[in-house]
Parts: sequence; C-alpha cells; structure tokens
Amino acid sequence: MQPALTDTPRRSARWLARIQAVGPLIGLIILCLAGTALNRDFATVDNMMNVLTRTAFIGIIAVGMTFVIISGGIDLSVGSMAALIAGSMIVLMNKLAGSGMAPMLIVLLGMVLALILGALFGLMHGLLITKGRIEPFIVTLGTLGIFRAVLTWLADGGALTLDDSLNNLYGPVYYASLLGVPVPIWVFLIMAAGGALILNRTAFGRHVQAIGSNEQVARYAAIRVDVVKIVTYIFLGLCVGVATVLYVPRLGSATPTTGLLWELEAIAAVVVGGTALKGGEGRVIGTVIGAILLSVINNILNLTSIISVYLNAAVQGAVIIVVAFLQRGRRND
Amino acid sequence: MKRFTLGLSAGVLALAALMTSPARAADPVTLGVSIPTADHGFTGGIVWWANEAKKDLEKAHPGLKIIVKTAANAPEQANQLQDLVTVNKINALVIFPYESASLTQPVAQVKKKGVYVTVVDRGLTDTSAQDAYVAGDNTAFGKLPAEYIAKKLNGKGNIVALRGIPTTLDNERFDAFSGVLKAHPDIKILDAKYANWNRDDAFKVTQDYLTRFKNIDAIWAADDDMAVGVLKAIDQAKRTDIKIVFGGAGSKGMVKTILDDSNKLIQADVSYSPKFIYDAVKLTAEARLKGEALPATTIIPSVLITKENAKQFYFPNSPF
Repeated sequence: MQPALTDTPRRSARWLARIQAVGPLIGLIILCLAGTALNRDFATVDNMMNVLTRTAFIGIIAVGMTFVIISGGIDLSVGSMAALIAGSMIVLMNKLAGSGMAPMLIVLLGMVLALILGALFGLMHGLLITKGRIEPFIVTLGTLGIFRAVLTWLADGGALTLDDSLNNLYGPVYYASLLGVPVPIWVFLIMAAGGALILNRTAFGRHVQAIGSNEQVARYAAIRVDVVKIVTYIFLGLCVGVATVLYVPRLGSATPTTGLLWELEAIAAVVVGGTALKGGEGRVIGTVIGAILLSVINNILNLTSIISVYLNAAVQGAVIIVVAFLQRGRRND
Repeated sequence: MKRFTLGLSAGVLALAALMTSPARAADPVTLGVSIPTADHGFTGGIVWWANEAKKDLEKAHPGLKIIVKTAANAPEQANQLQDLVTVNKINALVIFPYESASLTQPVAQVKKKGVYVTVVDRGLTDTSAQDAYVAGDNTAFGKLPAEYIAKKLNGKGNIVALRGIPTTLDNERFDAFSGVLKAHPDIKILDAKYANWNRDDAFKVTQDYLTRFKNIDAIWAADDDMAVGVLKAIDQAKRTDIKIVFGGAGSKGMVKTILDDSNKLIQADVSYSPKFIYDAVKLTAEARLKGEALPATTIIPSVLITKENAKQFYFPNSPF
C-alpha cells in the first residue's frame, strides 16, 4: 500500500513540473517555425550546430546561475569573471610557452588554472555573502568591476592573444566535433544533465531549493545554510571556468570587451526558463531552453533583414517579455 | 647702459606680466590631457599614446608639465575637468570627450577660465567652446576600403559589411563606404549588421552571414578587432569564395599580418590610429610653448595601409 501512496503525489508533481516547463518550450518552437519561414537556411544542421555551439558558454554559466538564483542569490560578475579567467589563462600559457614545456601540458595547465580560479572566485563570493553578510548584489557588483579592471590592466587596455602554436593545439576544443556534434555542445549537455540531476535528485539540490523558498525554515530544519550557499557560488564559479575553457580557443584572445553583459544574458536565460528570480523554485532544463531561445532570436535577426538593424534590440526585448508572459500564465493555472 | 635699460625694462615687463597674469611669467605650460579609460582596444591605444606623449614631450621641453587623466564616463570626465583647472592649474587642455553633447558645457567653462582647449576626435556640439579641433578622418575610413574592394573585385561582386555601435561616427564611415559603391552598380552590399566593435559579436554575425549567403566576395569588417572574429568564422566554415577581408584602424596585429603577408584575405587596412592623441598633445604643447595657436581644424589623414608602407604603421609596443 505504501508505495502507491507516495507514488501518486510524486507523479502529479512531475506532471505539474512538465506543464510549467512547456511555456518557454512553446516559445522556442514558435520562434524556430518563424525562423524557418523567414529563411530556409535556418533549419539546416550547420546553422543549428552554430547556434547551439555559441549558446554553450552562456548556457553552461546559466546552469550554475540557476542554482545561485534558486537559493535566493545572484551573481552579476560572471561576464567579468570569464574575461579575467580567459586573460589569466592566456598570460600563464604564453609564459610557459617560452619555457620549453610540452605544449599539451601547457594547455592542460591553462585549463586547470581556469577551473581553480573559477572555484576560488566563487568561494570568495560565497564567504563574503554568508560570513561577511553583504548582499550578493553588492558583492558581485563590486567584483564585476574588479575582475574587468584587472583584466584591462593585464592587457594594458588592448588584447591578450594566445601564442599561435598553442592556439593551433587548443583550437579543437572549440572547433572539433565528436559524432558530428561540436565539443562545446557535448560539454553543455553534460553540464546541464549533471546540473538537473544534482538539483532534482540529491539532498544538496533540495537544500538549495529549501533555502531559496524560506531561509529561516531551512535553518530550523538543520540545513547548513551557509555551506550550501557557498557551494552554489563555487559551483557557478566552476561553470564559468568550464565556459572559459571552451571560449579561449574560439578566438585565442581576451580583450576588455570579452564577456561583456554575459551576466545579463545568463540571468535572462535562467528567468525566461522559468526559475523565479526571488528564488525557491526552478528547473535546469528550463534554463537550457531559455539560453537556446536567446541565441535563436539573435540568429534569426542575423539571417533576415526585414526590420531595421536599429530595432534588433527591441525585437529581442519583446520576445523575452512574451515568453516570460507565457511562462507566468502557465504558473497561475 | 643699454644693457641696463634693457634689463630694467625686461624686469618691468616681467613684473607687469606677473601682475596681470601671475602664471605666465616664463610661460611654462601645464597641459591637462583628459581621455576615456581603456575599455576596448582603441581606447587602450589612446591611453598608451597619451602617456607616450607625456614621456617624450616632458623630456624634450623642461618648461612643460603634462597631466593625463582617464574617465570611465561623461560625468566623471566633467569632474576631472574641474579638478584639472582648480587643483592642477592647467593652462592648456587636450580632451577626447566621452560624449559630444554632455561635455560641451564643461569644456566651455574651462575655456572661459583662459585655458587653451584642443578637442580630439569627437567634436563638441558648440565649436566656440574649443580653440582647436584635431580628428581622424572618418570619411576616408569608409571611402578607402570601398575603393580598394571595388578595384580588387573589378567592379563586380557581393559584399557584406559589419557595423560598430550606432553612433554618428559609425554612420559617417558607413555612408562614405556605401557612397563609393553607388558608383559601382554591379557590387551589391548584401547586408550590414552591428557587431559592436567586438570580436565575439563579429564572429557570430559572420557565421550567420555565411549561413545565409552562399556567395560572398568581400567582407568589410570595418574594424580590426571585428576582423579577428570574421577570419575565425570563415576558417571554421571552410569557405573559399571570400577573397577580401578589410578591417580598419591599423591595429598592430593586422599591420603585422599585412607586413608578413601571413593571410591572403588580409592585404590592406586603413589607418585610424589612436596615435592622433599623441599628435594632438604634441601640436598643442609645442604651439603653446611658443605662445602660438593651432589651426582651427587639423585632420589627421586616414591612409591605405598595404605591404609597401605597413612598416611605418607598425608599433609593436602599443597595446593596440
């Protein structure tokens, strides 16, 4: 008897969750149909791969951002963080390139540095927010400025460019394909699947949701709120590190404009995907759809010239609002 | 006797000068340089060249003091202008305004205090607020690439263009570019989209151009940073129809590519070097040391850079 009892609510909850996830998906499907109608090249495999590959950076960061937002936090610094990590990687790898070390090892060290820096920055945010008791908005607004300024200083205001031979070796991380699918898409998939699994199937994931929906109650329930929060920021930092590892081989350079406004794109992807900005509930799969949706809008605008280029940003804004509306309508049902 | 009277009269003159305008006794020049912070490659170059000018000119002229200030936005720049006048007591100013309209009034105030004002690149809305204007040539920035591409394509072909950020400066360049091509009816500009003078955005826009247009002869990237993204996108799509990629500004990376002939798509560039801040500071300082004025407008010409003359545009130490 007992299994049946527990089974019913779980199934209905899952059904409800599925309904809620449908809003952004409907938006994405409509957008894709519109794209195909406007330009037949939209529906080609090559174009789909282009769009998904370029979504990978924002998408991976947005997966981490989903956790932070669900826990009731925010991180405005991710774009600057990505830029600084990219710059630091390039500086380190260029330094080592002159030392006669094996190039493969140098690239690997660069990647490791990216992950370590990401985790460290995340830890720093987490500590300032929990132990330092500063609003996440302020902490990360501060580091947004700090990270980008340090990168600009490293680059002397210009561009940091990866050594050519290293760039050729590192290039495949962005440009190569596995079973016809580019590497960044695979990484994006793995990160998204992992994120969804952690959020929905682990104690940690439930703690994140509990803290976001009511921090006091979570404390009374003996959840180690500070630790959980710090871990969400470290996880986001790691996501930024992974995204940067994929980003650097694309252009082999970092400039003061690298990652500009990525924070807003990532936050928009999370919220368009159905995560409440006030925290408490959200879905990784929604975030993935949100991120894809945002880059599809841009892609369609580039593939057509029916409206003035001056109005591109207006179209983006309108689509985001419409999708958010679809989303809200579903939740009120 | 003669010498004595001469000395005396000189002394009296100096005294008179001291009393009427206390700072100008031996005419030392304190020159303030107010520029945007290094937020992208080009402004990075501006900051570097401004500091080069300070180094070179202060060494050459002992009576000259140069103060370089960078500002992250228009209000900050306006505050800095006040500080330069009241704290640093400048008597000459070279300013690269963050925005034309919002800095016109603050600059006019500085000029009213008797400071000699040279405005660089972005013109003020009221030109009576400045003594001299030094700028790059935005028309040639668009015209030279169009003429070059038209000639290389023998007057026939398909072009896609990238644009920077919607500004009058970008409009001037694009209008000059499309203006030249109107004389070549067989050359079509398939589209021109904004990529924000940003490598990543240029990469994405170019990817989509390549998906959309199966036959492209030339891409006007309109900026050397954007050209980097364009080249990567072409590489990735393995397209061979494109014969020319034309950037702009003469960054050291692109000039080096031309010099070494290392990419057959990049054969030429147009100069729009941040070095004009160096020229503006130098012209102003030297004129003021002699007590002279600059011509009302000085245009630093944009020049076509090809393998033959690339060497004189290559500055390996500049960040841009």
